[in-house]
Amino acid sequence: MSNAAVTAATSSRAADAGKSALARLGEAFVGRLVIIIPYLWLVFFFLIPFVIVFKISLSQTAIAMPPYTPVLGFGDGLSGFFAQLKQLSVDNYTWLTQDALYVNAYVTSVIVAAISTVLTLLVGYPIAYGMARAPAMLRPTLLMLVILPFWTSFLIRVYAWIGILKPEGLLNQLLLATGVISQPLIILNTYTAIFIGIVYSYLPFMVLPLYSALEKMDYSLIEAAKDLGCPPTSAFWKITFPLSLPGVIAGCLLVFIPAVGEFVIPDLLGGSQTLMIGKTLWNEFFANRDWPVSSAVAVILLLLLIVPIMLFQRAQARAQEQDR
Amino acid sequence: MNATWSRFNITSIVLGFAFLYLPIVLLVVFSFNESKLVTVWGGFSTKWYVSLFHNQGLMDATWVTARVAVISATVATVLGTLAALALTRYTRFKGRMLFSGMVFAPLVMPEVITGLSLLLLFVAVGLDRGFLTVTLAHITLTMCFVAVVVQSRLITFDRSLEEAAMDLGAPPVKTFFQITLPVIMPAIVSGWMLAFTLSLDDLVIASFTSGPGATTLPMKIYSQVRLGVTPEINAACTILIAVVAVGVIIASLANKRREVQRQRDEQAAQRG
Repeated sequence: MSNAAVTAATSSRAADAGKSALARLGEAFVGRLVIIIPYLWLVFFFLIPFVIVFKISLSQTAIAMPPYTPVLGFGDGLSGFFAQLKQLSVDNYTWLTQDALYVNAYVTSVIVAAISTVLTLLVGYPIAYGMARAPAMLRPTLLMLVILPFWTSFLIRVYAWIGILKPEGLLNQLLLATGVISQPLIILNTYTAIFIGIVYSYLPFMVLPLYSALEKMDYSLIEAAKDLGCPPTSAFWKITFPLSLPGVIAGCLLVFIPAVGEFVIPDLLGGSQTLMIGKTLWNEFFANRDWPVSSAVAVILLLLLIVPIMLFQRAQARAQEQDR
Repeated sequence: MNATWSRFNITSIVLGFAFLYLPIVLLVVFSFNESKLVTVWGGFSTKWYVSLFHNQGLMDATWVTARVAVISATVATVLGTLAALALTRYTRFKGRMLFSGMVFAPLVMPEVITGLSLLLLFVAVGLDRGFLTVTLAHITLTMCFVAVVVQSRLITFDRSLEEAAMDLGAPPVKTFFQITLPVIMPAIVSGWMLAFTLSLDDLVIASFTSGPGATTLPMKIYSQVRLGVTPEINAACTILIAVVAVGVIIASLANKRREVQRQRDEQAAQRG
C-alpha cells in the first residue's frame, strides 16, 4: 500500500461525518473536470468561431490568407480572391443592405420558414393528437415510427422528393393517369416544392414535442366540458389547444429556426429560381469565394435568429424544470 | 361522438405515416429498377447495386464517412455525457447560463452558420482541412445532441442510489462508474447512435470543414444528385437506409430489454 493510500485510508477512517476531506476534495476536482472539459470544448469550437466570423465580417483586410492555400483547393482562384477583397472598399454590411438580392433573400427565408412552420403544425397536430389518444399499448410503436425517418438521412429524404415532384415524376404520372390533370404540374424548382420539403423533413420535430404535451394532458377535462354541453370544436380550442401550447411553441421553434437557414431543401427542390439565405451564403462562400461577405451574411442571419433561439432555450429550461 | 373522433384520429395517423414513409418506400423500390429512368418501371434488377460496388469514389467516401462517424460519435458521447452531468448535477457555477446556451444553441443553429464559423476557426489556427477538421466539427455538433439525450435520463435518475453507495464508503469516482454509469447506459448508447447517424448524414458542415481526400458520402451523393437522379444513387441510399434502420431497431430492442432490467435492479436495490 502506498503512503498516499495509507493516509487516505486513515483519514477516511478518522472522518466522522461519513465523507472524508480527501473524498470531498476528490469530488470537487472531478466535479470541476466534468464542467471544465465540455465547457472549454464548446468555448473553443462554438463560441470563438462566432467571434472570428464577426471579426472577419467587419474587416476585409484582416483576413490574411493562411499559408496553406493550395491545400484549400483554391488554386488560381487565390489571386481572384485577393482582387475581390480589395474591391470591397465599402463595409460588408452596407453592401448587404444596399444589394436587394440579400435583403430579398433574408425576407423570403423568414416568410418561407414561417409558412412552412404553420403548414408543419397543421400536418403534425392531428398526427400527434391521434398518437396521444391511441391505446397506451400502441404508443411506443407509433412514437418509434415517427422517430425512425428522422434517423434516415436528411439528404436522402429530400432527394426522394425529386423523383416524385419532377414534371415527369411519380406524382404527375399518377395525376395524369387518373385524369385529375391534363397537363403535368410544375412543382419542382418552385417554392411549393420547398414547402413540401420542409414540412416533410421537419415533421418529426413538430410531432414529438406536440405529442409529449398532448400525452400529459388530462382528458377528463374534455369529458367534463362535453358533459356540460360544450361542443367538441370549442372544447378543443378552449382546453386542448391551450394545454398543448408549450408543445406548439417548442415544435414551431424547432422547425422555424433551422428552416430559415436551410440549404439542402431550397438547393435540391427549389432550383435556381428560388431565393433563400442559406443558399445565398453557400454560394457566396463556395461559388464566389467571398469569405468576408459570407461572414457578414452569417452574422445578420444569426441576429435574425437570436430572439427565436433565446425563446427556444427558455422553453428548454422550463421543460427541464418541470421534469425535475 | 367518440367513434367519429377515433376514426378521425386513425385516419390522421395513417395519412401522416403514409406521408412520412411513401417517399422512402418509392426510393427503395426504384433502386431495383431495370430502367435507367428513375420514374419509369422497367422490371426488377439488382444491377445498380453491382455497379455501386465498382464505384471506387463512392466506396472511398463511404470508408471516410464511417471512420468520421465512429470517431466523432465516440468522442461526442464522452463530452456530451460530461456536459449532461455538469448541467444536471451542478445547478450553480460560474457561467452556467452561457454553458447551457452553448449546449442548446447548436441543436437549432442553421448548419451553414456552424459550418462557416468552424471553417474560419480552422483557418485561423492554421489547421489543414481534411479528416481531422470534419471529425472535430462533427464532435462539436453531435455532443450537444448526446448531452440532451443523456440529460433527460439523468433528470429522472434516483440519486438515493448514489447516496447509498457513498454512505457505504464508495468514493465518488467509483460510485459514478459502478452505479451512475450503468443506470444511464441506455441513454448513452442511444446518444452515441444519434451522434453516429447525425455525422453519417451531415452534408453542410462537412462541405465547409472537409478538404481534399476527405470527401464524405453525403458530399459525394450531393454532387451526383446535382447532376441528376440516377438509380445508382437510389441503391446507395437504400443501403444507407437499411444499415441505419437495422441498427436502430436492434439498438432500441436491446435498450428496451436493458431498461426493463435496470428498473428491476433499481427497485430491487431499493427494497433490499
